[in-house]
Amino acid sequence: MKTETKQAVNKQRVLPPVFQYPSAAVPLLITQGAEALLYRSTYLLPSIPCALKYRPSKPYRHPILDVRLTKHRILSEARVLVKCKREGVPVPAVYALDEAAGWLMIEWIEGEVVRIRLNEWLKRRKDEDLAEGVDDEQLLELMTRVGSAVGRLHAVGVVHGDLTTSNLMLRPRSREGLNGDLGAAVNTLEGDIVLIDFGLASQSQADEDRAVDLYVLERAFGSTHPRAESLFGEVLREYGKSFKGANVVLKKLEEVRMRGRKRSMIG
Amino acid sequence: MIAIGLEGSANKLGVGIISHPSPGKPAKVLSNIRHTFVTPPGEGFLPKDTAKHHRTWVVRLVKQAMVEAGVSINDIDCICYTKGPGMGAPLQSVAVAARMLSLLWQKELVGVNHCVGHIEMGREITGAQNPVVLYVSGGNTQVIAYAEQRYRIFGEALDIAVGNCLDRFARTLEISNDPAPGYNIEQLAKKGKVLLDLPYAVKGMDCSFSGILASIDILAGDLKANPDQRDPLTGEVITTADLCFSLQETVYAMLVEITERAMAHVGSNQVLIVGGVGCNERLQEMMGIMAKDRGGSVFGMDERFAIDNGIMIAHAGLEAYKTGFTTPLEESTCTQRFRTDEVFVRWRD
Ligand SMILES: Nc1ncnc2c1ncn2[C@@H]1O[C@H](COP(=O)(O)OP(=O)(O)O)[C@@H](O)[C@H]1O
Ligand SMILES: [Mg+2]
Repeated sequence: MKTETKQAVNKQRVLPPVFQYPSAAVPLLITQGAEALLYRSTYLLPSIPCALKYRPSKPYRHPILDVRLTKHRILSEARVLVKCKREGVPVPAVYALDEAAGWLMIEWIEGEVVRIRLNEWLKRRKDEDLAEGVDDEQLLELMTRVGSAVGRLHAVGVVHGDLTTSNLMLRPRSREGLNGDLGAAVNTLEGDIVLIDFGLASQSQADEDRAVDLYVLERAFGSTHPRAESLFGEVLREYGKSFKGANVVLKKLEEVRMRGRKRSMIG
Repeated sequence: MIAIGLEGSANKLGVGIISHPSPGKPAKVLSNIRHTFVTPPGEGFLPKDTAKHHRTWVVRLVKQAMVEAGVSINDIDCICYTKGPGMGAPLQSVAVAARMLSLLWQKELVGVNHCVGHIEMGREITGAQNPVVLYVSGGNTQVIAYAEQRYRIFGEALDIAVGNCLDRFARTLEISNDPAPGYNIEQLAKKGKVLLDLPYAVKGMDCSFSGILASIDILAGDLKANPDQRDPLTGEVITTADLCFSLQETVYAMLVEITERAMAHVGSNQVLIVGGVGCNERLQEMMGIMAKDRGGSVFGMDERFAIDNGIMIAHAGLEAYKTGFTTPLEESTCTQRFRTDEVFVRWRD
């Protein structure tokens, strides 16, 4: 009799599918980032891919330091992602984590990092022999979106700590971008900016921290995409409009830059 | 073609003579001499005294380099000197010597960026084609990669250079500056076991060292006041060697991390370490493990070429000279601040 009741209860309750499907397929290694290995997994549902970010132990550093850094970064990445999500900043959602085992499971973001898309775009222009400044509305528009995304991040009291074009993704807006028609997607800079990789992020509203974030991004543009460097002003212009106090940060940025240039370099 | 190079941007005076045989063939080091201004323990080198050291030694070193190379004045094509960055007075005293040679021998001058000198020599000696370069010395901490005719700085120290951090800690401990403070810290660190908690300051591909220096200085002060401290984890007595060990483990982990980040960003798996701190065996070992993990390798150099020297100035200068670059006498100045990415690298694709 007892077993019957149990079954009856089970029949009544309609559980969400995530409780019915265990891991659907073996996670697939997508890329080796700066620190982490990024897997694509369908652990949650065959229809919901997720990004499984694994921070393997780094054998080059002292084990105590290694454990300390790995734990700290996974926890702070998760904490900051949750905060950003809550505040409406475009970041992947957090699904699960195990900081001792070194992994974080987050929402899968379609598309590619800005570095790849931008380099392809710049290369195509070079091949077509288009001069800088000619027909570069798309690039200007991208810069604007980057400035606004960073502004939104700072506005909610988060600094990224590693802002580069490798840590900004471009998520295709239309379904066409998603299915097929890749040729068109590759040649455009369209898409929504999604910020990723918050292992070095922290919660701060200090102008100095925000300015250093911008400085890091500015130099990343200069070194990685010299041909797009001249348009970085567009990022800053949009950033300046993005929240109250942004202009103070831009002032501070000038100071940080000066410090960089004045640094003595003896030996 | 043959060039002589004069370097004196910090406390080392170096003179080197290099020969570039026909294109495609490796360069030949004909001579490479160095004389270092060593200060007593607890003291750093001051610009005025360092400049005096260079003035005192430069003629002797040039003569000796010419004799060792077995070349005559007629064989020399150009005179290369360090234009910067570095300490003003020592740079100037060497620039004056270079100008004098130029007038005396009727040869063209070539002003060379010190950092580019390190990089070009590193590429020549190790055969690394297009590596990410970690340039670490007393005055510089930079992660560099080449793109479109320039050595681009991807990351750098936001305050003091890593070598400066090590040198200043050596002064705190009052250990010897001979042959180099960093070398003596390395020897002490080999006996250390306990890893003490120090700040770890990485921001993307940048890092900073002044907070670490302040912390380790405080720990050193505590240890002096109370020498029988024990590590709470292991119960071991903490020693000066442990301080050096902890400092090295922390700052080198940071350097390897920012280098790895740059490698991921530019998609390279080769690393070249240049600059005086590049002699450190622990740094080389850590970098090697990281590079291997990424399926690549690390190129390091021994002290002849890693530490400031004249041959690297001769080599990079000759590369530029072969593309038609010269520095007219009126412009043969020097500058304390001369960024690596200011140089237009005409000699590379
Ligand atoms: N949520 C995600 N969805 C899809 N791809 C991702 C996601 N997060 C990261 N990636 C990809 O993996 C790479 C490495 O991830 P990242 O978080 O930047 O780690 P790392 O610290 O190793 O740089 C990124 O550059 C990007 O290409
Ligand atoms: Mg990343």
